[in-house]
Amino acid sequence: MRKRVIFNDKALPYLLLLPQVAITLIFFFWPAAQAVYFSTQIQDAFGLRSQFVWFENFGAILSDPNYLSSIRVTVVFSVSVTVLAIAPALLLSVMADKQIRGATTYKTLLIWPYAVAPAIAAVLWLFIFHPSVGLLGRFLVAIGVPWDYALNDAQALLLVVLASAWKQISYNFLFFLAGLQSIPRSVLEAAAIDGASQTRRFWTIVFPLLSPTTFFLLVVNLVYAFFDTFGTIHALTRGGPGTSTTTLIYRVYVDGRDNLNLGTSSAQSVVLMLFVIALTMIQFRYIERRVHY
Amino acid sequence: MLSRRSILQSTAAIGAVAAFSGARAQAQRTQVTFWYGLGQPLGGILEQVVAGFNASQNQYQVNPVFRGQYPETMVAAIAAFRAGNAPHIVQMFEVGTATMMAARGAVMPVHQLATDTGVAIDPAAYLPGVRGYYSAPDGKLMSMPFNSSTSILYYNKETFRKAGLNPDQPPKTWREVREAAQKIKSANAAPIPYATAWPTWVHYENFSAIHNVPLATKVNGMAGMDAELRINSPLHVRHLQMLMDMQKDGTFKYGGRDNAGEAVFVSGEAAIITTSSGYRARALRETPGAPASVGFGYLPYHDDAVQAPLNSIIGGASLWVMTAPNRTKEEYKAVAEFFRHVSRPEIDSKWSQDTGYVPITLAGAERLKESKFWQENPGTDIPTLQLTRGTATDNSLGLRLGNMPQIRVIIQEEMERAFQGQQTAEQASNAMVTRGNQVLREFERANRS
Amino acid sequence: MLHERSWHAHLALVLGVAVFAFPIYMALNGSTWDAGTIGGGRMPLYPGAEAAANYGQAWFSGEGARAKGAPVSVMMINSFLMAVIITLGKVAISIISAYAVVFFAFPLRMFFFWMIFITLMLPVEVRIIPTYAVAANLGLIDSFAGLTVPLIASATATLLFRQFFLTIPDELVEASKIDGAGPLRFFWDTVLPLSRTNIAALCVILFIYGWNQYLWPLLITTSPEMETIVIGITKLVSTADAHTDWNLIMATTVLAMLPPVAVVILMQRWFVRGLIESEK
Repeated sequence: MRKRVIFNDKALPYLLLLPQVAITLIFFFWPAAQAVYFSTQIQDAFGLRSQFVWFENFGAILSDPNYLSSIRVTVVFSVSVTVLAIAPALLLSVMADKQIRGATTYKTLLIWPYAVAPAIAAVLWLFIFHPSVGLLGRFLVAIGVPWDYALNDAQALLLVVLASAWKQISYNFLFFLAGLQSIPRSVLEAAAIDGASQTRRFWTIVFPLLSPTTFFLLVVNLVYAFFDTFGTIHALTRGGPGTSTTTLIYRVYVDGRDNLNLGTSSAQSVVLMLFVIALTMIQFRYIERRVHY
Repeated sequence: MLSRRSILQSTAAIGAVAAFSGARAQAQRTQVTFWYGLGQPLGGILEQVVAGFNASQNQYQVNPVFRGQYPETMVAAIAAFRAGNAPHIVQMFEVGTATMMAARGAVMPVHQLATDTGVAIDPAAYLPGVRGYYSAPDGKLMSMPFNSSTSILYYNKETFRKAGLNPDQPPKTWREVREAAQKIKSANAAPIPYATAWPTWVHYENFSAIHNVPLATKVNGMAGMDAELRINSPLHVRHLQMLMDMQKDGTFKYGGRDNAGEAVFVSGEAAIITTSSGYRARALRETPGAPASVGFGYLPYHDDAVQAPLNSIIGGASLWVMTAPNRTKEEYKAVAEFFRHVSRPEIDSKWSQDTGYVPITLAGAERLKESKFWQENPGTDIPTLQLTRGTATDNSLGLRLGNMPQIRVIIQEEMERAFQGQQTAEQASNAMVTRGNQVLREFERANRS
Repeated sequence: MLHERSWHAHLALVLGVAVFAFPIYMALNGSTWDAGTIGGGRMPLYPGAEAAANYGQAWFSGEGARAKGAPVSVMMINSFLMAVIITLGKVAISIISAYAVVFFAFPLRMFFFWMIFITLMLPVEVRIIPTYAVAANLGLIDSFAGLTVPLIASATATLLFRQFFLTIPDELVEASKIDGAGPLRFFWDTVLPLSRTNIAALCVILFIYGWNQYLWPLLITTSPEMETIVIGITKLVSTADAHTDWNLIMATTVLAMLPPVAVVILMQRWFVRGLIESEK
């Protein structure tokens, strides 16, 4: 991969790298190191007193039933969002890939939700599902469903999952469509001539060919559900009722910002960093490059 | 004879001189930064108070800056302190008191400010309930009392009439609340017979005070950081059970954490609500049929648990003096002068009238009484009377628990689980205590010197 | 031959489009009614007559009967500045660092490359509180620098440019050297023009990324004048109850969605390219 022809300049490459490396050092490595350092400390809110406690903060969070419950919430939430964002996207992309009239128009009309911020998606869905204001919320109440996401764990989770998945479908749609379009027509037509039904053709030929895309999207959607849905939860439920929508990221925020507990918040950050590193490794084994800005 | 031109010239000259001397006065004035956390319209009224101080003298200039709600203001102040440029004054909500008090070195206690600057600030001028909340165990004032409120009851007189209840008689006890709620429900007078805002402040903090039971050991934490919660007492469990029962039979609706529950009263949906006395202005402005339809009452109590309920405790915020590496004596002096200004009876009583907060000085309360404001505005005296009734005990002085905002969230979380039927009142209460104590121990450890 | 049963496809797609468009329609609709009608749960499915009043109020004052926010005009400008600074900043620092890594031989080259690369594993969300502490120590709280600079470092953009630079034929560099051009000249005259497509595609994606930021602005801004629009809306909603000023919230929501959605639709070609290229 090395270029054979390159410039030989002593200072220039360093100068060119300087802004990126400076920001990386100050805002990535320093905070990451701080997180590791703080995770071994117990400190008051003002940073006036601190003591070194080894791994006590880790012990504290891992033995906290509420932390374990937020792991559970995160898993349920992420898997639901991923499934709900991928399955309809696959269906829509298969449909849009057909040579039907207006395919481009459909495409345009299906990709824009990507541009909607997660927090705004939350507000949009809230406006629909609010028990006394929203169209569907009122409908549910009217037909006798005790719909009140502010005091029902499952309903609250459902609402944040819907709002989070909705916006991600566009993204998955685009990737599936790109994947589908890279499948040679001749392969499909050969199968059609063999007399295989459309459904059968899809599952035996198209879907396996899409599997790299699907795997990639699985990872991307999990990462999205993990990290980018903070805004959705913050806007909709603030982690409640109880702690039923408190995901790991939400908890890092609450412990660090609201509870001013730098030690346990940092310990959680370190745990999450290890998780992301592991995830990245796995991903690299299967796919060469990665996903996050 | 003056030509037009020379008039213009001289006007310009006068303007320049004025501007120059204005700038000099500005430069000579000692500048003080004041971060506050009150949204509109209260924030605007607060800025008027500050403007009044700035206009009253020409040595000091206080610059108020809105920093978001209380929690945001607190986080911002802590971040600023860590970076070495804390504001001179920060307005901190009452549940942040323990955190601030433990931050020796970051804050300057008000009694020390008074000694250092020679500006007299007399603790005896304040209502005992207010003073106690912000004083160290030895009685020395730690922060400057400012906007204080307490929780009271509001009810909708029209709904009461519709349900065949006496519109001039607010329910006094929880038994009466339940009976009224039952009637409102059977008469279908309102969809929500009883609602509450500030679930912990009303049903735990104030509840414990007026029933003379401890919220926590060590004088509710005021006598030491090693306090433990006591909110799983039979009375607390029974009260939670009552709310759960009411929730189940449809006479009570949990409306969310903090003040989220307030909306249903002004919309006319709720017949009775317990919330802050500071809610008065909104209730009178927005409730259908107001002001005639809005009635006020004392916080209800269980008459079989206590014969005469004790004083309730305050909420709201106080003003803390923060330190910074290069802070001068003159600046502290300016802060002290500003504090003296806001506690003047006429400022205090006007603040109370304009905002619905209670007067914090005895003289201010006296002025309100004399000015007939209380008589002409029914219900305005309830908060002060409720705050000052009876003889305060260790259980009704106030509370000082570390990480109290976090404990409030824990209590609300466990209440929510109980209201969903996921746990019994007893389980919920025990969970509150276990989890809350853990938070208290963390705080104790982090703040041990 | 593959045209059979195309009504299936149409049906599914129309349904998909409808599910996507429904919340937007409701938001548009909500922005044309008054707070009382919406709050009372009586909003019809057709537009009302309050659109001008609602948008005007949101844009100029942001204050309703209950909700008090900064004017939308102020928040939109903040969001716009934030998005543009992040976009340009990311593109600028990534393209030059990729250029350094690809076209120069110097000690520690791979060390720096890996250092940038490894930041992929540290998304801002997981190190949020320590990053906030660092920003606070640097006095960046409540400033545009604090809002944008920590988000500007981007391994993905650097990788994208590196990938692209590796496809530039050596002959071009050779030729340029023979012409006597130095590295900066080569960058300016050859590399930059060749990268135009990539830059455009990346800008579209990054603009949306910047505009939609939530957690970081939530922490770092404290004064109303610094509020971005996405944060502003959720603050209006935070006391989500029947008596929230839904009319204003919906007007604000529609305005907040407008720029990024317009970018996606108007620059669809760049958008799709940017998305697929930068993330594959």
